[in-house]
Amino acid sequence: MGAANKQCCCCQSMRASDERYQKLADIIARYAGQPGALIPVLHQAQEVFGYLPQDVQVLIAEGLDVPLSEVDGVITFYSLFTSQPKGKYTIGVCMGTACYVKGAAAVLEELKQQLGVDVNGTSADGLFTLNVTRCVGACGLAPVMTIGEDVYGRMKPEAVREILDKYIQAEQQAKA
Amino acid sequence: MVTLKIDGQTVTVPDNYTVLQAAEAAGIHIPTLCYLKDVSQTGSCRVCVVEIGGRLQAACVFPVSEGLEVKTNTPLVRESRRTTVELMLSNHPQDCLTCLRNQNCELQKLARELNIREIKYQGERSHYPIDASSPSIVRDPNKCILCRRCISVCSEIQGVNILGARERGFETVVSPAWQEQLVNTACTNCGQCVLVCPVGALTEQDDTDKVWAALADPDTHVVVQTAPAVRVSLGEEFGLEPGTIVTGKMITALRRLGFDAVFDTDFSADLTIVEEANELLQRLKNGGRLPMITSCSPGWIKFIEHQFPELLGHLSTCKSPQQMFGALAKTYYPKKAGLDPARIVTVSVMPCTAKKFEAQRPEMRSSGYQDVDIVLTVRELARMIKEAGIDFVNLPDGEYDAPMGISTGAGLIFGATGGVMEAALRTAYELVTGRTLERLDFTEVRGLEGIKEASVELNGTVLKVAVAHGLGNARRLMELLRQGKAEYHFIEIMACPGGCIGGGGQPIPTNTEIRQKRIEGIYAGDRNMPLRKSHENPAIKVLYEEFLGEPLGEMSHELLHTSYTPRLKYKVALPSQGQERLAGNA
Repeated sequence: MGAANKQCCCCQSMRASDERYQKLADIIARYAGQPGALIPVLHQAQEVFGYLPQDVQVLIAEGLDVPLSEVDGVITFYSLFTSQPKGKYTIGVCMGTACYVKGAAAVLEELKQQLGVDVNGTSADGLFTLNVTRCVGACGLAPVMTIGEDVYGRMKPEAVREILDKYIQAEQQAKA
Repeated sequence: MVTLKIDGQTVTVPDNYTVLQAAEAAGIHIPTLCYLKDVSQTGSCRVCVVEIGGRLQAACVFPVSEGLEVKTNTPLVRESRRTTVELMLSNHPQDCLTCLRNQNCELQKLARELNIREIKYQGERSHYPIDASSPSIVRDPNKCILCRRCISVCSEIQGVNILGARERGFETVVSPAWQEQLVNTACTNCGQCVLVCPVGALTEQDDTDKVWAALADPDTHVVVQTAPAVRVSLGEEFGLEPGTIVTGKMITALRRLGFDAVFDTDFSADLTIVEEANELLQRLKNGGRLPMITSCSPGWIKFIEHQFPELLGHLSTCKSPQQMFGALAKTYYPKKAGLDPARIVTVSVMPCTAKKFEAQRPEMRSSGYQDVDIVLTVRELARMIKEAGIDFVNLPDGEYDAPMGISTGAGLIFGATGGVMEAALRTAYELVTGRTLERLDFTEVRGLEGIKEASVELNGTVLKVAVAHGLGNARRLMELLRQGKAEYHFIEIMACPGGCIGGGGQPIPTNTEIRQKRIEGIYAGDRNMPLRKSHENPAIKVLYEEFLGEPLGEMSHELLHTSYTPRLKYKVALPSQGQERLAGNA
């Protein structure tokens, strides 16, 4: 049914031997049959995979004997779960009141342009995922942007390109 | 029993009652929306709020207790109910005039009951694509009021679990997982969700225009068949009591709509029984796969194809009566009537949304054409009758055309749970023993109990049978079968609660009481038939003599039998074990 089946058999066997799937099977086995197992299993599965792709959702549904519609319902209900792969760095643009009035929207707009993604999207090079956050508690630095653990205060749209390039260059150097 | 006060009135009710039930018992009406008796008590919509101890409580889930004081009509209650419904209306497309559920909509009715005269809140509106991918069911999430009745029926009654609630807050939407289109899911097309939807968010695919076009085309010969369960429910669309038998009026209405021949699915139900009883006896004799399971219900067939593909060998290879009829209507009938089969259009009137899918299955073309061209639900036929300006209630009775309109009581009872089993037993008994069956009524297999069992002695061997209706009950029976714990010879399964009389294409509302009345109509009809055993149907005897040869013969195999397709449960390929089972094909 559909494109998912058209993958070549080598990918299939690669995935089958992928140790992440073994970890998933272990997690499911630990919780199978217990009430309320779905959320902790989703949590740990996301730690293993970085996100919750469709095949992982199906394996969890089957393994815990929970309807797929419920698995999907829980994943989409809680914002901490994601079914999209995340970039290496998560960018958070604070849209709390202080940051908002100080021009966070313009910063966000510039990030969207530079990365070519919408909010919650991941850039084509797999490096950045763009998120919007609530107040991060650094209102004195408004507007605030975070990249991974790094915090950038008093952001201006003009500064965005340069900051992004820093991470891109670091990545290229690491590769070389 | 406990005694409580509702609006100053003293009421004594059983202690497991809710406030809603207690109010009903006292003759006090509390409006409800998400509440669905026997299925869904989520208390989520807040329309049924009442005042208890100065606080608002949902009557549908609040338990009664001794000395409780309930007020159902205070300014606070009226204001709260009205605001709740106004907020629903603020995110509801106000296109009632062109909605399929116009004048049969619970939200519309509530707005009237609560005396809502303006839509105060003009806020954001949801915009979702309409999912018309399924041949049976259309989903319009824009009309959905998030009552979750469809989710309850899909999971708790049918055990299919296709529909769920995704996202949260304003973004909440009822949909299959991953916002998948219905056609890409393991949806069985049973349509129980359509029956319980209070608004027009879930409806049947409307095929009435196709039928009007065929009727208007002078070059076509349009043949119609009517399923057993249609004649006991169609009257409801015109204000008659559920269970009223309107066969004669229905036939006249169909003639007036312009159908060239009006035939009866009861005829091909009799044929199904002759084939199926012979198949059962053959399996018993030759050590074939047992238990044999009936195959008349297309929702059930799609369910087993997705959920238990390894058990497909248990299914009878008999096509459903609709499809046997279609195959003969484009072979036997034109031969007998001197017609060109290419000009024949076959229409069915079914209590069922899944029949629309069944008619389109690629296997169902054994006449060389699509055997059944168009399938209408009871609701669609009623709309056509109304559109044509036919005064249904005052119509004179008509009679079916020969030969495919001749039938027995055994064909009629196909419409109720246990009916196929009972009809098969009537015939199998006489085929095996050669004796006349004295007691025709196998009451053990009748009624609304979820899984029914019976034993029948056939020439010294005891035949053990079981009957399940509703896919949740079917699943329980299949789990037993998979574990080798279902020691039966023959199992009947119908996808819908109550059987076809409770089908997803039936008039709305369809609830337990109405199902019961339709069942009574079916068995009353059977009692009044001159012939009540399928193998005694004279038209079936002639059909074998003139055309088919013998039951299970070569011609039967070509036209009346079919095969089944293992289907995936999910549309995604899996990397691990279980791949073989899931990756059958689609």
